[in-house]
Amino acid sequence: MNIKIPQYDINLEPFMERPPDFNNKSVLMQTEKGFKSEVINIVKLTSQEKLFQVRILDSCEREKFTFLPGQFVMLELPGCGEIPISISSSSSNREFIGLCIRKAGKVTGMIDRLEPGAIVGIRGPFGTHFPMQKMKGYNILLIAGGLGIAPLRSPIYWVNEQRSAYKDITILYGTREPGQILFDYQFEEWQKIYNLKLLTIIQEPDENWKGRVGLITDLFKEVRIDPDNTFAIVCGPPVMFKFVCAYLSDIGIPRQRMFVSLERRMHCGMGKCCRCNVGSTFTCLDGPVFDYWTVMNLKEAI
Amino acid sequence: MLFKTITKENFKKMVEALLEENEVIGPKSRDRDTEGNKIYRFLKINSFEELEMDYTRSYSSPKNYFLPFKEDLATYHFNDKGWEQEIQYTTHPRVIIGMRACDINALLKLDQVMLKSVYPNPHYFARRRNTLIIGLDHEPLEDCFCRSMNTDTVFHGFDLFLTDIGDRYFVAINSDTAYIILNKFDAGEVTEEDRERFKTVKKQIESKFKTQVDITILPELMDLEFESEVWKKWGDKCLSCGSCAMVCPTCYCYGIEEDTDLSFSKATKRKFLYSCNLLDFAAVAGGHNFRPDAHIRLKYRYYHQFRGFVEAFNQSLCVGCNRCGKACLAGISPKAVIDDLIRTEKLQK
Repeated sequence: MNIKIPQYDINLEPFMERPPDFNNKSVLMQTEKGFKSEVINIVKLTSQEKLFQVRILDSCEREKFTFLPGQFVMLELPGCGEIPISISSSSSNREFIGLCIRKAGKVTGMIDRLEPGAIVGIRGPFGTHFPMQKMKGYNILLIAGGLGIAPLRSPIYWVNEQRSAYKDITILYGTREPGQILFDYQFEEWQKIYNLKLLTIIQEPDENWKGRVGLITDLFKEVRIDPDNTFAIVCGPPVMFKFVCAYLSDIGIPRQRMFVSLERRMHCGMGKCCRCNVGSTFTCLDGPVFDYWTVMNLKEAI
Repeated sequence: MLFKTITKENFKKMVEALLEENEVIGPKSRDRDTEGNKIYRFLKINSFEELEMDYTRSYSSPKNYFLPFKEDLATYHFNDKGWEQEIQYTTHPRVIIGMRACDINALLKLDQVMLKSVYPNPHYFARRRNTLIIGLDHEPLEDCFCRSMNTDTVFHGFDLFLTDIGDRYFVAINSDTAYIILNKFDAGEVTEEDRERFKTVKKQIESKFKTQVDITILPELMDLEFESEVWKKWGDKCLSCGSCAMVCPTCYCYGIEEDTDLSFSKATKRKFLYSCNLLDFAAVAGGHNFRPDAHIRLKYRYYHQFRGFVEAFNQSLCVGCNRCGKACLAGISPKAVIDDLIRTEKLQK
């Protein structure tokens, strides 16, 4: 006698034919399906960072792709690797997304060498977002250090698109050297058209620098913060979080109204590879945007 | 649940029938250790005689038939216009014989992560659906602490579960496929005598647990003793080799590597199982490592197993098989570490 165990062929399931919807995370099954995308434009920002404008090729997939400010995508260069990159463009722009990438590692080093027209893979969006709806009727204080300005561009666009819903918007932006300032071509537009207040500061100035010199926390002397009516968004290197968030909580902004975006190593974006795991928290699922209360209760978070 | 019995002779016939058409995996001795004890592994068997139903412990867990050490996630074919992605899921049916209750419980824990939380994993799903599991009871070994972890018995997650009651197996049946197969081999109805023998065997198994680990206060203790010297004491011994994760039946973390073939015509995206004890586990581009020290990485391994997983799924990730304790080159065992933690807590009080 012989017995054959019944075979189940997942490759015949109907989901294999449908474009994946990463926002439908409880049923999504095409976890590895990347959206084929074209790099339509590359903006050189500094010697280290470039802004890549990436357009999903398939119109059906492009229509399905929606995200909220603060979310990230997994960007793949086939044969080279896949990396998590937060989206640095307007969530209402349905034609392309902007990804600001510093050449820092192996994959980003290869991405840096791409030319317009290159085809890359995109999976996502993943992770949590800044609660833009909840912030309506409040002042927003955006604090960025270095490359931390990249994920903040998305909420900045959002605020401008619904400007009357928000009160005073202030951006505090600090970098180490003047040459590391990103998106300075937009500074005038942000201040004059978006009606935001922008203060920049440099840690190590060169002879041509005429602006403020010091640490990002020095900017607090120049702004008046109303702790009862302010939401804060903080993004930058881990050491910056500590000082900035400690100051903000000292002046009375509740920790639940302070949001930070954390960086971690990630290989999946879906809570499976555990590389971004801290205890029960997955930076890819429960973050990258956390309120500061959660971060304080997270061991080793920053 | 339905119960039947099958004589050992008929069980042999059943295995032989399964061997005709399917890949069958079972415990097989591969070598002997320095003390002359057999080393078992779950491997493909070609005849019933190769199957060692009296095996003690398999060195690595059968988890790898669901989460392989290496697995291709996607293939990319390069062309003039860029590339085309190809995704194929494995679907060939497989039978695994002889899985312990702890290993089946380990699968149930993996099910929570891979199937029952967000982003269900298609690779795991396909393998799980295509595997027929025949479990097997056993008397606990010296260092088994599955009873403390509540994983010494299992009620679902398998197709058949066998308990040796002398000349026959007492069989718990958990799927229709398995029910049909079993009935082809003169499975008997459970008699009063079978039932009594089964209960006796179960009591005997229960009475033989020697190792206990107190995990009741562990989730809280993990927070309270986060800065404890215990972590440094054990962590400084850790060689950061990752052996514990490789043999663990529930560790599932991984990394991704991509490579291009020499003709530059295609590339592969490959997943490989990793370990949170390895140096670059949490290292990011630019040089920062969130967990630079061995003792910090060891602490987070325990933190995930006994605190994080409990918070997420109301159970700890560890099943108490002590494979990691056996495999560890530095002699770090979960019982020793946990006992030490609890001891410092008591001393402080």
